[in-house]
Amino acid sequence: MSEDTATRAAPRTNGTSFLASAPGRNTGLVVALVLLCLVGVVTAGDRFADLDNVLTILRLASVIGVVSVGMTFVITGGGIDLSVGAIVALASVWATTLATQSMATNTHWLIMVFTALAVGAGCGVINGALIAYGRIVAFIATLAMLAAARGLAEIISNRRTQIVNVQGFTAFFDASVLGVPVLVVVFALVAASGWVLLNRTTFGRRTFAVGGNPEAARLAGIDVRRHTVMLYTLLGVCCGIAAVMLVARTTTGSSTHGLLYELDAIAAVVIGGTLLSGGRGTIAGTVFGVLIFTTLSNVFTLNNLSISAQAVAKGAIIVVAVLLQQRLARRSTA
Amino acid sequence: MTSSPPPLLSVRGLVKRFPGVTALAGVDFDVRAGEVHCLLGQNGAGKSTLIKVLSGAHRPDEGEIRSNGEVVSFANPTAAMRAGVATLYQELDLVPGLSVADNVFLGHELSAGGFTRRAETRRRTRALLERLGHSDIPPDRDVGRLTAAQQQVVSMARALSRDARLLIMDEPSAVLDQDEVRTLFRVIRELTAQGVAVIHISHRLEEIREIGDRVTVLKDGRTVAAGLDVSAVSTAELIKLMTGREARNVYPPRRPVPPDAAEALVVRGLAVGRRAGVDFTVRAGEVVGLAGLVGAGRSEILEAVYGARKPTEGEVVVDGRRLKPGNVGAAVRAGVGLCPEERKSQGLLLDQAVYRNITVSSLPLFARMGFLDENAERTRSADLTASLDVRPSDVDRIVRTLSGGNQQKVVLARWLLRGCRVLLLDEPTRGVDVGARGEIYRLVRDLADRGVAVVVVSSDIDEVLGLADRVLVVREGRVVHEGPADEIDEARVLDLVMEGTAA
Repeated sequence: MSEDTATRAAPRTNGTSFLASAPGRNTGLVVALVLLCLVGVVTAGDRFADLDNVLTILRLASVIGVVSVGMTFVITGGGIDLSVGAIVALASVWATTLATQSMATNTHWLIMVFTALAVGAGCGVINGALIAYGRIVAFIATLAMLAAARGLAEIISNRRTQIVNVQGFTAFFDASVLGVPVLVVVFALVAASGWVLLNRTTFGRRTFAVGGNPEAARLAGIDVRRHTVMLYTLLGVCCGIAAVMLVARTTTGSSTHGLLYELDAIAAVVIGGTLLSGGRGTIAGTVFGVLIFTTLSNVFTLNNLSISAQAVAKGAIIVVAVLLQQRLARRSTA
Repeated sequence: MTSSPPPLLSVRGLVKRFPGVTALAGVDFDVRAGEVHCLLGQNGAGKSTLIKVLSGAHRPDEGEIRSNGEVVSFANPTAAMRAGVATLYQELDLVPGLSVADNVFLGHELSAGGFTRRAETRRRTRALLERLGHSDIPPDRDVGRLTAAQQQVVSMARALSRDARLLIMDEPSAVLDQDEVRTLFRVIRELTAQGVAVIHISHRLEEIREIGDRVTVLKDGRTVAAGLDVSAVSTAELIKLMTGREARNVYPPRRPVPPDAAEALVVRGLAVGRRAGVDFTVRAGEVVGLAGLVGAGRSEILEAVYGARKPTEGEVVVDGRRLKPGNVGAAVRAGVGLCPEERKSQGLLLDQAVYRNITVSSLPLFARMGFLDENAERTRSADLTASLDVRPSDVDRIVRTLSGGNQQKVVLARWLLRGCRVLLLDEPTRGVDVGARGEIYRLVRDLADRGVAVVVVSSDIDEVLGLADRVLVVREGRVVHEGPADEIDEARVLDLVMEGTAA
């Protein structure tokens, strides 16, 4: 059919093709993921299609996945956060200092979790306040946090890797629920709550409004600045959760944790279909984005390809995904 | 046939349509070398569209443009510039942070082998500024540090640097004080003496009398008078040409506001910036109109009432409660709603569904513990769009695809849903076609009849007079007249708003 005349006559869907609609975009991601898995099976056979390997992929995806879910909120709300990796490092270090660990041993291991969450939330509040009330561009404010948080992590840990000795903590996160590792369960819970929060609540709706047109949102009576602070705080908390997961997976806290997480998270969010300029975001897309990147690394590793080759492939995927997204966006607003 | 040379620029039967609106419905006029040709018309008459067509920013749907007798077609602004047409927009398009000289030669930098020729650029800029009688502007100064008048001179220098033979100036005096206007006029006269033609757009009749040679009047997208000799036409005639409508808007009948109606909105000494404070009161069920020129401070007053702009002084009282100044949230909670002037950039979430735009100010109505009931949102929105006759009625449609009138109804629906006590409308029919205007007028009147206090700001004086019960005429941030709308006419209001700007 001729799309032009059809959309002009009955432009119900605003000229969006199936591919540009939300389920359509996710279909594209599913296809990409399936293709990747096929490549994995063909090139690595049983080593790829093994249950343990699948669980490894999921466990690796979980940490960056939680950060990416938080990042989806910030980007949908029209922002960006470059400091997530540094916040993860700082939270991991703070949660594993001798003081925190001995307190945890004497009371409950949850102390470590709360410490990480509080550190993450604190960094997020600072980011948000600098951006919303200090009117510093998000890119710069979070760049400053990136430097400062990692520096603070180095000072606290004295650049030493801190080993976790709290039995309850490691035991809890090492366990599985019906065969699914706890880390993966945490990721699933965060993703599910994130989806509900973004798509079913007042908070989510305001996030779309603030990201889509901040001036219109403000004139509609939304407190845009307060909402911005909440968005960065939410992402900070996600970084805290990711820090806990990373500490559990590696049984260490370190100022080198979370290196380049900001790039991985932003890449996953963007290839998932969230608009970098704000106003449109999808949690499902982000989850697929994370799975695609993690699976890609896994397939490359199983085929003994270097980290460098992975990086090149990652870059290519980002470019292709964004080009595709732009084309779809243009078609839907033309 | 005649011995006189063809006009520098001649326009015949120009038509430009936008979705839902015909902005130009047949424009004819000529510009001769060395004259100042004034374009006159009310807001929405098509002046801006005409300028954009002449400067290559829009392409006409019909009609032709001739330059020195040759038919030309400006595919883009660069093509127009190459043909010697330069446009000075109201918002100056200079780059702050760059020097005067860099701005003048922006886009056609003087260079040798890829390196800019700085000394030559400065020398030529100085020469251009001298030609414009402004050798006082240093070519090295950052344009961000110049006054508005000086910036305008730099824009003109830029036009001359491209050998412009026709200069289009869109309300150049709007940002200038009287001395600066005088200097500007001197510069214009010097340019015309050198054979440059100037198209001068202004609302100020006295100005046209002072600087103009001929005048063309636009109304509803048509030329109603082309190339009149300014010295041979009276101000009264010009006002009549501008206002005498072919199709008058139909306004719904007023209903007398009961004298005991509560004072829903009281504004006391509200001042924005360095302007003097304004006082006014709007009773429940009353429509008050603010009339005045663009830049007279009407929108600023509305924004200050709404809390979107922090007033320097004064207070806003809604239903007896004083609002926290400069706080939109407080105003909205007190029951104030605003339909902003720039609907697209300030009012709407363009890429989101109609229902989301309607419910955005009333989300708590649909939320239980923060969870939204989207079906309830859709149902309530559908009720509203049906009663406001938004077309198409599909609430899942993306707002961007609606016409201007329907978009405005969506913003109105937002405040209907919120159930506001005071509604502030800034240019409610801008970009709305004539048919939908009538519907919006009826809606506004309907709201007033239900006890809402309404404040309307419009550049269309006829609209203010037709819609409002009471009119405040605003000039330079001050209320210069207040009275019932049916006791004043358009010509008198024009007189009032233009008075004083002549001095």
